[in-house]
Amino acid sequence: MIQAIAFYLFATLTIFSGAVTILARNPVHSVLWLILAFFNAAGLMILIGAEFIAMLLVIVYVGAVAVLFLFVVMMLDIDFAQLRAGFIKNFPLGFALAFVFLAELVMGVGAYKAGGLVLGTPDAATAPVAGLSNTAAIGALLYSRYLFLFETAGIILLVAMIGAIVLTHRQRGDVRGQKPSSQISRRPEEATINLQPEVGKGVTL
Amino acid sequence: MIGIEHYVFVSAILFVLGVLGIFLNRKNVIILLMSIELILLSVNLNLVAFSVFLHDLVGQIFAMFVLTVAAGEAAIGLAILVIYFRGRGTIAVDDVNRMKG
Repeated sequence: MIQAIAFYLFATLTIFSGAVTILARNPVHSVLWLILAFFNAAGLMILIGAEFIAMLLVIVYVGAVAVLFLFVVMMLDIDFAQLRAGFIKNFPLGFALAFVFLAELVMGVGAYKAGGLVLGTPDAATAPVAGLSNTAAIGALLYSRYLFLFETAGIILLVAMIGAIVLTHRQRGDVRGQKPSSQISRRPEEATINLQPEVGKGVTL
Repeated sequence: MIGIEHYVFVSAILFVLGVLGIFLNRKNVIILLMSIELILLSVNLNLVAFSVFLHDLVGQIFAMFVLTVAAGEAAIGLAILVIYFRGRGTIAVDDVNRMKG
């Protein structure tokens, strides 16, 4: 009973905040509603015992991706009202297409419930181990069977990081940065000179 | 009791909301990227639900890879957005066709 109540609470909030994300006028509000959607989806995942992915969702999505969105939205000075033009114009077509999509998906679920679809049977090697927590079971599988894919995922993240830095890095002419090579190669005897100017005469540098 | 159909329904509605968001906010790239995140979230929810109800952990491992790709996609997409804004002073997608040269 309590599980059903929690499911309907999380599901309603997920769908509501997803809807507000795409309808909100202000993109900052959109990002905040997106974060709420992520939190509620994580709650949905915890309800069925997938706590590792749920925590990953909170840490990676809310902690990194959503904050990245927030930074970009706040950093760029954009006239958002002008970008809203066409919202009403696109509404009928978009809504019709979305309705068709939803009808198709619901029909798919109906076919599954009616027994028209047979899902594959799981591999015995990838079934969750009894007595092991969700995180431990995923770790045991990830670091043995899917080790290569796991490392590939790491490479993908590295490439994404380098790509983002390369794309946004720029050499600005109006700032005075440090030049480490010339700073290190300076010798004390070149840096200072001793002069004994005569009285009344200046020093030319 | 809560079965797999409930989860698939929630994830289907979330997916459709993401698609609708792409149609409604065709000019605003930031909301487009957020709609893509919504779609990927619904896919993850679907994968995790099937993984749990079929007693097969591969779905959750695959959801992790989807998360990886989503993080990379958001980083690269926002980087492209920032350099586009620097060059043109707007993020309206309608003007992107000037990149044709």
